[in-house]
Amino acid sequence: MIRSEVLREIAPILRDHLVVCNIGLPSQELHMIDDQPSNFYMLGTMGLSSSIGLGVALAQDKTVISIDGDGSVLTNFGTLPTIANNVADNFILLIVDNGSYGSTGDQPTYAGKKTSLAAVAKACGCENVIECQDKDTGEVLQKAIESKKMTIIVCKCDSGNIKLPVITMDPVVIRDRFMKSVQA
Amino acid sequence: MSISTKIVDDFVANGIEFVTTVPCKQLAGVIDEVEAREEIYHIPSNKEDEGMGLCAGAFMGGKRPAIIMQNTAIGVTINTLVTLTQYYRMPLPMLISYRGELREPVACQVEMAVHTKALLNQLNIPTYHFHTESDADELDTILKYTFMCNKPVAILTDASFWGGYGDQ
Repeated sequence: MIRSEVLREIAPILRDHLVVCNIGLPSQELHMIDDQPSNFYMLGTMGLSSSIGLGVALAQDKTVISIDGDGSVLTNFGTLPTIANNVADNFILLIVDNGSYGSTGDQPTYAGKKTSLAAVAKACGCENVIECQDKDTGEVLQKAIESKKMTIIVCKCDSGNIKLPVITMDPVVIRDRFMKSVQA
Repeated sequence: MSISTKIVDDFVANGIEFVTTVPCKQLAGVIDEVEAREEIYHIPSNKEDEGMGLCAGAFMGGKRPAIIMQNTAIGVTINTLVTLTQYYRMPLPMLISYRGELREPVACQVEMAVHTKALLNQLNIPTYHFHTESDADELDTILKYTFMCNKPVAILTDASFWGGYGDQ
């Protein structure tokens, strides 16, 4: 499965929760598959999906799922110790690990070579780290939500993209409707 | 009352409950004060752009954030300030130690100091410079202004403000 297929499969789970979605194709794909006001689409700042999501989770009680990528986690590695040391049991970090920088033309990442993001997350002190295969992501995600324990999921999937348009929604609109979902 | 206590009192009085910090020698006292306050969730960051992501999330989650960092961080956070904080129109008070100003003992710090105000100006970030302790009398107003206009706002605090680096 490629990332868009994983997102399509987990969209029915995501729609009931606050979602912070990574910049570029992941946000464009989620926007096309199942746009929800509770989705915060990142239009800039590669790497900060997990930081933004942790901030939302620490500030309120609803479940927050950050959808991140292997390349984006590599660019903000400092996020993993921060997550480990500031436990928010309403926070799930879902790293879609396709071993490539998808939005920029599928250049390979180190996560697709020797580096294991699950091992790094554990070494950073994250307590619930699950590496799963693409087809199992929905089940693992649902269990993580129900566990009410902060969980890092590394979903191993294939590299590949679909053609789709950019998000033209105004950023302030994205932010405003997301905040209204937080308050609802 | 120490200046660090006064600063954090103003944070708390303005409803700031979520503070991220990246340390600087000049900021040690105010970071200790943030850590000591029960009203504030203190979350140290490993890098300032990460901290701004945390603050963006906290704001959207309903808590007023602030970041405490050194001016060298302006060099690593421009993209985040522009495409996250400003683009989505979020408030962010930035209490910044202004290294490389008068009384600075480390020459390298001057190299970033000479760019600091120019960069903030280029980014259209409202900027205030605390040089003497009484300048902090305006902090309460600056914080109110920040949350009124939903912008990042810089508060540069130099060595003279913090009482220098001891005997030189």
